[in-house]
Amino acid sequence: MTRQLTEDLVGERIEAMRRRPQRFRDERITMAHGAGGKASRALVEGLVVPLLANPALELLSDAGLVTVGGARLAVSTDAFVVRPIRFPGGSIGELAVNGTVNDLAVSGARPLALSAALVLEEGLAADVLEAEITAMAAAATAADVPVVTGDTKVVERGKCDSMYVVTTGVGLVDEGVALSPGRVRPGDKVLVSGTVGDHGIAIMLARGDLDIEADVRSDTQPLWSLAAALMAAAGDGLHCMRDATRGGVATVLNEIALGAEVGIVLEESRVPVRPEVVGAGEILGIDPLYVANEGKLVAFVAPEHADAALAAARALPSGRDAAIVGEVREEPPGRVLGRTAFGGHRLIDMLVGDPLPRIC
Amino acid sequence: MRFVDEFRDPELAEVLGRQITSLCEPGRHYKIMEVCGGHTHTIYRYGVQDHLPENIELVHGPGCPVCVIPMGRVDDGIAIAERDGVILTCFGDMMRVPGGRGSFLEANARGADIRMVYSPLDALRIARDNPDREVVFYAIGFETTAPSTALTILRAAKEGIENFSVFCSHVTIIPAIKAILDSPDLRLDAFIGPGHVSTVIGCRPYEWIPRDFGMPLVCAGFEPLDLLQSVYMIMKQFSEGRAEVENQYSRVVAYDGNPVALRVLADVFALRPFFEWRGLGSIAHSALQLSPRYAQYDAELRYELPGVRVADPKACQCGEVLKGVLKPWECKVFGTACTPETPIGTCMVSSEGACAAYYNYGQYAKQRLNLEVLR
Repeated sequence: MTRQLTEDLVGERIEAMRRRPQRFRDERITMAHGAGGKASRALVEGLVVPLLANPALELLSDAGLVTVGGARLAVSTDAFVVRPIRFPGGSIGELAVNGTVNDLAVSGARPLALSAALVLEEGLAADVLEAEITAMAAAATAADVPVVTGDTKVVERGKCDSMYVVTTGVGLVDEGVALSPGRVRPGDKVLVSGTVGDHGIAIMLARGDLDIEADVRSDTQPLWSLAAALMAAAGDGLHCMRDATRGGVATVLNEIALGAEVGIVLEESRVPVRPEVVGAGEILGIDPLYVANEGKLVAFVAPEHADAALAAARALPSGRDAAIVGEVREEPPGRVLGRTAFGGHRLIDMLVGDPLPRIC
Repeated sequence: MRFVDEFRDPELAEVLGRQITSLCEPGRHYKIMEVCGGHTHTIYRYGVQDHLPENIELVHGPGCPVCVIPMGRVDDGIAIAERDGVILTCFGDMMRVPGGRGSFLEANARGADIRMVYSPLDALRIARDNPDREVVFYAIGFETTAPSTALTILRAAKEGIENFSVFCSHVTIIPAIKAILDSPDLRLDAFIGPGHVSTVIGCRPYEWIPRDFGMPLVCAGFEPLDLLQSVYMIMKQFSEGRAEVENQYSRVVAYDGNPVALRVLADVFALRPFFEWRGLGSIAHSALQLSPRYAQYDAELRYELPGVRVADPKACQCGEVLKGVLKPWECKVFGTACTPETPIGTCMVSSEGACAAYYNYGQYAKQRLNLEVLR
């Protein structure tokens, strides 16, 4: 018995450590700070937010809300630095439009307009650039949102990798829409809008370091129509949405668990994952739950609205493979637990840095 | 997914769990050490322990290749990488291992060029593609990964690639198990043998364990059902009063190992007289270096290295954890000063490390939670 008590104490100490305000103490930026896990969280919450402090930013949402003449506007921005810039299923231009559209969409905001800033490397082939701007145009048309302003900069060869794109979007939040982690409560069902891990695995394979051939395509797609359908189907029962980009579904669940002070239980066997993604993940020792998506959202829905939300999602191409994958609990607050397909349990924590392939 | 799901069947697991329970002697506590870090990872990733009765305790052994690298050798790697014109290459989970002067990731942030590769052949390709740079492969791992390093050196020799060398920290499993069995403060009942290592060395090298120590050893595969079946085979031995080496992983492991790989190892490598293991100290004949014939590919001869022995941080009890004397959470700094984001000891770095696995997959939390699961 004493052993268990001690182990409990250790657990409590760890919980206390996890809840401490983030501190940024690193001497330099490493790649881990960009990976969307704990190091990114320390950078954002321990350095950026305290210095730029304001109430909208401190909510750490996908988009910040600004009220103008009674209308609620959502503003979101994202920088895209993907290598290679073209990959199966998409390219950087398409990604840059969809990424910002999706940050607005999961905030419940109808996208109104985008800006785009291009950072171009000296020597970039003109036809490559043209193809990317064409891709942006097509994505903007598909998402029904115009790119109304932009900027271009050129940097010396080697100072950037072909091209980087930064997009900012403005969207309108309809009256009555109230989505936030604070509304997530015990009993809510967790809905994932489709197969997880496609984008991240597609990029890893497209880099060609692996000599694995598999037909995995990025899932980049706009999510506004899906978000709107969920809002219409579940109404007030839709409590929160997030797009599961960097850090994957596992990171989103942890952010919500911590933000809403709830526990989340995930039934791993219900999470939709393509066999090719499972296979690549097996070889690399990488868990698809932590892999980036560019066209998937996670929604928290009151139980009585969950079936309607699921049906609404499945009626759309972007939500065809949607599934209810878990449930919000009171216990353990701030934690995500998985019931493994093997019938055991595990804790699903935030990622520390980049998912590193294991040696053997 | 076919050929994966079959080995993760929850119903079979329940059946095996019941059979294991029925073989337990009432009142007896069983301590079984899984030697290999890959097993540790599987146990936590899938919650294997949840299918075992409470009186079977799985103890995590020293077989995480990243965890056993001493800090001084991390510093040696950084010293190589900081030389002009050098590209250091290593496996992914080596990137975060802390040395006396930080990790490879931090060295990169200071300007070093350390690249992650998936195979030593990738390192050789980088050497071929960058003839004006010196490319060094930071080789780690047990007998599992040593043959691929050896074959890469043979390939480099055949192709006459001269800007390539290997910083060799390959270790061997048998001396590590000996060191654990010689440790006075440990009581073990049986071993789950390392499946991947055994594909190379086979099962014969373990025969002294049942003979001299009376403990069963079962070489096991890496899927959760493999592990459960291995525990079952061990319990069966106990119930029948046997202590033998058995091979659960027969779909991959031949009892006599892989003779081709063993020949290549003998050709390219020689045993070091001794090698320092993180937490375990110096162990005789426990690691490999390049044999004199391939000296030109030996980074330790090619570069001047600090070669300084850096003492493990005082608070760190990795050694006790690696030997299975302490459970991860019993370490004084576990989860507070030492976490996966700021690891003090190597056990907290790799996902195969006992502490990181324990932390990430939260065995400590499990005890407190009565999980009613979504149905």
